[in-house]
Amino acid sequence: MENRQNRAHSIDMSNLNKGEKAANKEEKKTCFTVSDLNLYYGEKQALQSINLEIPEKSVTAFIGPSGCGKSTLLRCFNRMNDLVDSARVEGEILLEGEDIYAKTMNVADLRRRVGMVFQKPNPFPKSIYENVAYGLRIQGVNNRHVLDEVVEKSLKGAALWDEVKDRLQESALGMSGGQQQRLVIARAIAIEPEVILLDEPASALDPISTLKIEELINDLKSDYTILIVTHNMQQAARVSDHTAFMYMGDMVEFGATNQVFTNPSKQKTEDYITGRYG
Amino acid sequence: MDKENQSRHISKQFDHELEEIRNRVLSMGGLVEQQLSKAVQALVDPDIEMAEEVIRDDYKVNALEVALDEECTTVLARRQPAARDLRLVISVIKTITDLERIGDEAKRIARQAIDLASLPTKKNQFVDLEQLGHHVCGMLRDALDAFARLDVEQALDVAVEDQQVDKEYDSLMRQQMTYLIEDPRTIPATLDIMWSARALERVGDRSCNICEYVIYQVKGKDIRHISIEQVEKDFGRPER
Repeated sequence: MENRQNRAHSIDMSNLNKGEKAANKEEKKTCFTVSDLNLYYGEKQALQSINLEIPEKSVTAFIGPSGCGKSTLLRCFNRMNDLVDSARVEGEILLEGEDIYAKTMNVADLRRRVGMVFQKPNPFPKSIYENVAYGLRIQGVNNRHVLDEVVEKSLKGAALWDEVKDRLQESALGMSGGQQQRLVIARAIAIEPEVILLDEPASALDPISTLKIEELINDLKSDYTILIVTHNMQQAARVSDHTAFMYMGDMVEFGATNQVFTNPSKQKTEDYITGRYG
Repeated sequence: MDKENQSRHISKQFDHELEEIRNRVLSMGGLVEQQLSKAVQALVDPDIEMAEEVIRDDYKVNALEVALDEECTTVLARRQPAARDLRLVISVIKTITDLERIGDEAKRIARQAIDLASLPTKKNQFVDLEQLGHHVCGMLRDALDAFARLDVEQALDVAVEDQQVDKEYDSLMRQQMTYLIEDPRTIPATLDIMWSARALERVGDRSCNICEYVIYQVKGKDIRHISIEQVEKDFGRPER
């Protein structure tokens, strides 16, 4: 082995270090800091002292078997669990240093900063244009020029513009499932959130639409922090920079996706991603 | 979760496919080991018939490599293995490449054996070569054992052993050099011996590679191009 090491000196190593530099560059600012988060549905504890730091402008995937708490955790980031009567949250989630569960936090404002897309596309029964403009309209923006610009920018951002630019006034309900899901993403980014939460965004879509959504996620991460819950492990491996594996309300492992999928540090993660139980 | 469930996939078919791949690597390893020891035997005895047999059987090694490559490709395409399953498939792909090349080295040695059988040699000229041959055969056997048992300790032992083989090779080369200087009539035979020794030394290196893949497979750590002293330190082995 030593001899080979000596021989390696003659090779130009400058290219090899690029990977390392890229890895260093990935040390980004923290978007969300989760500390000792517990969540109860009535008596039942659904999340058990979760601690996590989610880097900004990257994709973090949450994987785990059904009922492990990954969607519950995702919903904590924009306080969607407030809508569940029996849910009770303990602990702290900071969004860029600001406690989102503080009494002073305006929940509507939080949800403007943290957008969400669900498993089933849920466009409003309105035109494509009005779906995307909706967020701005309820904020009181009615200037046609501004709306036109935002609608175009958002639809382009969601990689949908070319497909719908000639039929913006048609009903959104006439679009395919994949298009509807991208429309919903366009609607989410129209109000320029900082974070996008995706709860199984592609599980109801065919493989091609799924790939389009994944491509979109990859494009969006330069501008937004993206958190995605997915049952499709290959999808998590493909799209995410970091992966969190959850099991029965516990955060079992959180790490760089490359590491989690090639050499996980916990046996439970290993068993789950290799299909040894589920 | 009991232990049984931990080691088995939900898909029994997947378990079966991976097991099949492992078993075939081991039979390929057994075949290559046999080829190498026969080649060494044919060289020192000398035994032309045995050498010809080695050359003739090389195609079996090649065929196993091709078949295993295809099986690994299929598993990658159909199962998208992750974690230790992925590392198993990757290390198999690399291991069989080295095994096939060891098979080629055995064939090369067999050719030298046929050549040498008709050449004048000095008494004792083969002693060191025979020793090197047995040493390298032992290394290959240990490397394959380490693969079969996923034994990191044994894999490290083989890597350490390779340093010893390198020393033996250097001393053999120096010794053969003296034959070249002393008596020009031994040049053809001595060159054949030197080529054979070179092939054996390469087999040692390739056995060492196989052990590196074993360590990658078990620990997920790539130890290529790291000095063995550093690796031993990283794995918490006592200093030699």
